[in-house]
Amino acid sequence: MTDHSRRTFLGLAGGAAVLGTVPTVIVRPVEATPAMLSSAIRNIVGEANVRTGKVKLDIPPLVENGNTVPMTVSVTSPMTADDHVKSIHVFNEKNPQPNIGNFYLGPEAGRAQVSTRIRLVDSQKVTAIARLSDDTFWSATADVVVTLAACTEEAI
Amino acid sequence: MPSALINVPAKAKRGDVIEIKTLMSHIMETGYRHTASGAVVPRDIITNFICRYNGAEIFRADLYPAIAANPFITFFTTATESGKFEFEWTGDKGFSETASAVITVE
Repeated sequence: MTDHSRRTFLGLAGGAAVLGTVPTVIVRPVEATPAMLSSAIRNIVGEANVRTGKVKLDIPPLVENGNTVPMTVSVTSPMTADDHVKSIHVFNEKNPQPNIGNFYLGPEAGRAQVSTRIRLVDSQKVTAIARLSDDTFWSATADVVVTLAACTEEAI
Repeated sequence: MPSALINVPAKAKRGDVIEIKTLMSHIMETGYRHTASGAVVPRDIITNFICRYNGAEIFRADLYPAIAANPFITFFTTATESGKFEFEWTGDKGFSETASAVITVE
């Protein structure tokens, strides 16, 4: 096969592949942009400075199924009346919406720790931000690699 | 058929920090999926969860579509007195479910 005919063949094959997928194209949800993520974070923290530390974000670094990813956020805090965690906020980078969940607790919690299961549409960063009783904000970020994305399958 | 699973220790010593586990069966439809014909499947999620301990709110959560189906939430509280934990989930399409658990504090 000459170079030319191979190129023609590949071009045709590519064209056929594109045509073949057109009728079943899945409209991918719009990804959250970094601007949406930072505005979602600003909505919670306002103008306050977010520092790294105190927060521990436990999430598997490699997940097979993005539809259900176990996640635990814990914050180092004595949980007393004058020094406790008021809330924990979890954000993501690439899902259609930047928010994952907000959790509000108080000194009676005894331990500042929340677990849930989340969805991730793609490999991305997950950020947890804790608001303490003195209105300082602390954060932790983890990278997650997702092999099977959530939300892409069609509903029946 | 909505149903809740709650795990609260039946007994605790006063001052113990106890773990509360909750699961509510719910599809948590994100509103970002499409049917084969291209129509958007409307969003149907639980948006709020509240836990009260003898009437006082001890934990609250705002949920988004990024929470997996059948929301599973665990958190902690300090056992102060015998009584009742009440759990409430509310969401889209008028979803509203409650559950409760009893604890004996010695």
